[in-house]
Amino acid sequence: MTSFNALLNAASTLCPPTALRFEGVAFSHLGETLLGPCSFTLTGPGPTLVMGPNGAGKSILLRLAHGLLSPTQGQVSWSGEGRPRQAMVFQNPVLLRRSAVANLTHALAVNNTPRKARRKLALEALERFGLTARADTSARVLSGGEQQRLALARAWVLAPDVLFLDEPTSALDPAAIKAVETAVREFHQRGTRIVMTTHDLHQAKRLAGDVLFLAGGKIKEHTLTDSFFSSPASKEARAFIAGELVE
Amino acid sequence: MENNAFYVALSLLMNLDAALFQIVALSLQVSLLAVLAAALLGFPLGAAVALWRFPGRGGVIVALNALMGLPPVVAGLTVYLLLSRAGPLGEWGLLFTPTAMVIAQFVLVLPILAALSRQKVEELLGEYREQFISLGMSRSRMMPTLLWDARFTLLTVLLAGFGRASAEVGAVMMVGGNIDGVTRVMTTAIVLETSKGDLPLALGLGIVLLTLVMLINAGAYVVSELAKRRVG
Repeated sequence: MTSFNALLNAASTLCPPTALRFEGVAFSHLGETLLGPCSFTLTGPGPTLVMGPNGAGKSILLRLAHGLLSPTQGQVSWSGEGRPRQAMVFQNPVLLRRSAVANLTHALAVNNTPRKARRKLALEALERFGLTARADTSARVLSGGEQQRLALARAWVLAPDVLFLDEPTSALDPAAIKAVETAVREFHQRGTRIVMTTHDLHQAKRLAGDVLFLAGGKIKEHTLTDSFFSSPASKEARAFIAGELVE
Repeated sequence: MENNAFYVALSLLMNLDAALFQIVALSLQVSLLAVLAAALLGFPLGAAVALWRFPGRGGVIVALNALMGLPPVVAGLTVYLLLSRAGPLGEWGLLFTPTAMVIAQFVLVLPILAALSRQKVEELLGEYREQFISLGMSRSRMMPTLLWDARFTLLTVLLAGFGRASAEVGAVMMVGGNIDGVTRVMTTAIVLETSKGDLPLALGLGIVLLTLVMLINAGAYVVSELAKRRVG
């Protein structure tokens, strides 16, 4: 497994994914500052796991990076020309009231994929995520794990440069969690920058290349995974890793 | 026995009364056309108000909600004035034709379809918004997706509109004139028979009308329940 991961990391270092930069970014709502101001750059191979206690601002950070929220202060920018192609997988997948395959062809249609190519791409993605048998089933009657896999398949057909995942496994059972983590590795392998929030330490150890640790709306730490878990610098991170309650 | 309304209703149906069938056919034709036309305009209109923010939006929503309760005789009078010989559309010669009745019912049904679809689409948008923005969809691209995904709710809205149209009497009486064989529909026929004193016939017609509305609603219910079970 270690050699496999090493291989993955080597592959993605050859062609580093799109870099993300936060410059003095803050977000406030109704006069209350919920995040920041914070500055950091994601240039490494990732995947980047955003960790921290509830209310630390993890979801807000993801939404600011993805453009679902606009910062009230500071700037979010990307390397390269224009905005990279992005996709996001939410904690509770938002699926259309249509069949599984229609959910994918809809995303492809929005993405201006030629009509003829859509169904083929959609079926390929369903097969990759083990949903072939469910292609014509309504997305709304799939199980929680299947729904999250469908959301991942939808992100997959969009071939994003950056994929955001907001607590994608928090409502899932271990088998479904494993499927999601495998999918995340596949995205990573394809050269997609992964930015994912989680509060599961084991998951972070399994997946992360680097960890962005938040507490109280501030970035406390941004380090490689190994050093985060072996020698956390901030007292909040130490407490978080030790399983104590962090304010 | 001949004075029993149910007996009259049944014998009207059993004897395949030609005049009755003409009345029923015209009633259905007028109401369905009016509802269809109102849906083609009202659903996109409702979705547009749900999607776009513009000055006066609150006023539009209040107006649409208020117009749901527009008295049919006021709608009838407005359409009457528009279509009468001296009115702005008098040249079309539409007054006292089935087309005039379709227009009057269209005016009555449009606010219902627009206001209710606005509400339903806005609810759905609340659920889908983040995903839509994540997919990079423009508002005009969101509209067809939302209307299609709200299809089962909109069917119920459509039925509410059809109920209003088929039950309505004041407006079609004013602009249609209740002309025997030309613009007589179920409701105007019931009013006429009641004022003539032929209460069994009026009641019989009422029962036929009620049965028809029930059948249409039952059909729509079955269709939407089956579809809902499949789509979830």
